[in-house]
Amino acid sequence: MARIELNEIAHSYLPKPKGESDYALKRIHNVWDDGDACALLGPSGCGKTTLLNIISGLITPTRGRVLYDGKDVTELPPEKRNIAQVFQFPVLYDTMSVFNNLAFPLRNRGIHETQIKKRVLEVAEILDLTPFLNQRAAGLAADAKQKISLGRGLVRSDVAAILFDEPLTVIDPQMKWELRRKIKEIHEKLTRTFIYVTHDQMEALTFADQVAVMFEGEIVQIGSPQDLFENPEHRFVGYFIGSPGMNFLDCTLEGNRAQIDGASIVLDEETAAKGRKAEGKLAIGIRPMYLEIHAESVDGMVGAKVKGIEDLGTHRIVTITLAGKTLKAVLPEDKPVPEDEAWLFFPPQWTRLFADGWLVK
Amino acid sequence: MEKWPNNKAWLLVLPVAVIVAFSAIIPLLTVINYSVQDILAPGQSVFVGTEWFKEMLSDYRLHDALWRQFLFSGLVLVIEMPLGILIALAMPKRGWGVAASLVTIALPLLIPWNVIGTIWIIFTRPDIGLFGYYIHKITGIVFDHTARPLDAWITVMLMEVWHWTPLVALLAYAGLRAIPEAYYQAARIDGASPWATFVYIQLPKMRGVLTIAVLLRFMDSFLIYAEPFVLTGGGPGNSTTFLSIYLVKIALLQFDLGPGGAFSLIYFVIVLLLSFVFYQALMRVGKGEKG
Repeated sequence: MARIELNEIAHSYLPKPKGESDYALKRIHNVWDDGDACALLGPSGCGKTTLLNIISGLITPTRGRVLYDGKDVTELPPEKRNIAQVFQFPVLYDTMSVFNNLAFPLRNRGIHETQIKKRVLEVAEILDLTPFLNQRAAGLAADAKQKISLGRGLVRSDVAAILFDEPLTVIDPQMKWELRRKIKEIHEKLTRTFIYVTHDQMEALTFADQVAVMFEGEIVQIGSPQDLFENPEHRFVGYFIGSPGMNFLDCTLEGNRAQIDGASIVLDEETAAKGRKAEGKLAIGIRPMYLEIHAESVDGMVGAKVKGIEDLGTHRIVTITLAGKTLKAVLPEDKPVPEDEAWLFFPPQWTRLFADGWLVK
Repeated sequence: MEKWPNNKAWLLVLPVAVIVAFSAIIPLLTVINYSVQDILAPGQSVFVGTEWFKEMLSDYRLHDALWRQFLFSGLVLVIEMPLGILIALAMPKRGWGVAASLVTIALPLLIPWNVIGTIWIIFTRPDIGLFGYYIHKITGIVFDHTARPLDAWITVMLMEVWHWTPLVALLAYAGLRAIPEAYYQAARIDGASPWATFVYIQLPKMRGVLTIAVLLRFMDSFLIYAEPFVLTGGGPGNSTTFLSIYLVKIALLQFDLGPGGAFSLIYFVIVLLLSFVFYQALMRVGKGEKG
């Protein structure tokens, strides 16, 4: 078990990186405390797997240091780091039984057979693998195989952290839920450091206390699921988290009003004051569930057109155009939606202002 | 689901049926026909039943050739399989070395079989051949595959290994390249030694291609003809007379079509049986004790 510290990490797959664009990871500086359940969330190609491989030691970063409990392990190979990793698709030793698969990491470390047996039986019990111990691992279902991969990490009592690289990708939807619950349950029981990489926001938000959102080789925000939803610090977080993602409208600022091609939206004083000081291109952002649609105009509302309604059973997603831009709003089932002409209200407390993609602070 | 009878489908299968008939079925039936007759002269033959089969099965020269053949194919598998895997493991995994080593290794496979015999005749000559000359110079032995059975065997084996190990190496290399990187990463994280990685990851993952390699090398070596025929002509004495060389002697040089046909069928059945046994055994190794 360990506290994992990433100190000014940058990585390029090229032997001699030149510009910023040659780097798969631009600058990562972060600490995960011992026993944390953390998720790394980001789209494909954002560098999350690279970061995971740097933590496990499969890759040595171009710059920066990796520290476990304050000890520099940057140059250590994975076998010396006491780390376990669960890969995207199940990695098993096909010719071995489930028992031998679980025992393998211990046998490689020369641990006594009686102790191996004890550990393997314990871990098999936790993972519900006991009935399969004598079967060949190759014949099992994908979710059981992933549990074996996880088990190979858990058997080592000295393991510093367990890393998950999109472990549910090949699992059937029903079993996905089950296995995710199991992983969370194990984390609560064993309080080891779990780092979970995924591009699925549902997985990340339900698994972790702290989610780090990655975008183009950088961590753009770390926070609780609620934080990420309500206070996205970067446009990307707003867009990536939530379904549908946050609405963004490029704007200019006049007093405490955001001007969008003629339409004008009132912001709260504090946001507007910060916005006046900010540099760069401004945009306002609002979550679809906070955007209000009315049939009658009241002061502070802007005119818009309803383009379409998708009924999802539990709620409806309304597509609206405002000054040529498309917006989405989420409405409850029972609320009437005006046809064609409508009036939008941007509640100031939920309307955020971004400058060059970053939340103005 | 119900099957939909559609007789037009037979029409589409017909071309294949015709080709197979001409390439395999008709020749095979001809051989069967020969094997039960004594052909005295063209158009003059007597039905003899199983006579030729009895004669061939008790022919001591056939027995000798068969044991020689087993020894040869056994040695081929024992040497070429591990050697091929070893070469594949040592080959570069990326960069320009991949193409270079693949082409270099594949070269022996591109040479016509009768030319290979000629190459090795010259190569092992003590006067001008590189191999024979240095064997003579270093050990004092005059290497002569035309006079000494051991020398003949060494030459045939060297030639065979040189010619066909590349095939095993290429197949094994393809199998190795198909193993996803994550397996090696998992093995590193689990602290597996290189030997454990080989035994528990590489070897099981190569099972498919190695099965093909074993079958191909067994069948090919069991049917070998051109190279030893050019090199030794089956000699000295009968020391390198393999089954096919003996068969050709009977059927084409002595023109005993009846015994030749019977021999062919016996030969065919042996190859078929052994291939089946190999296939089953290798498949079982892969599946193991299923719980």
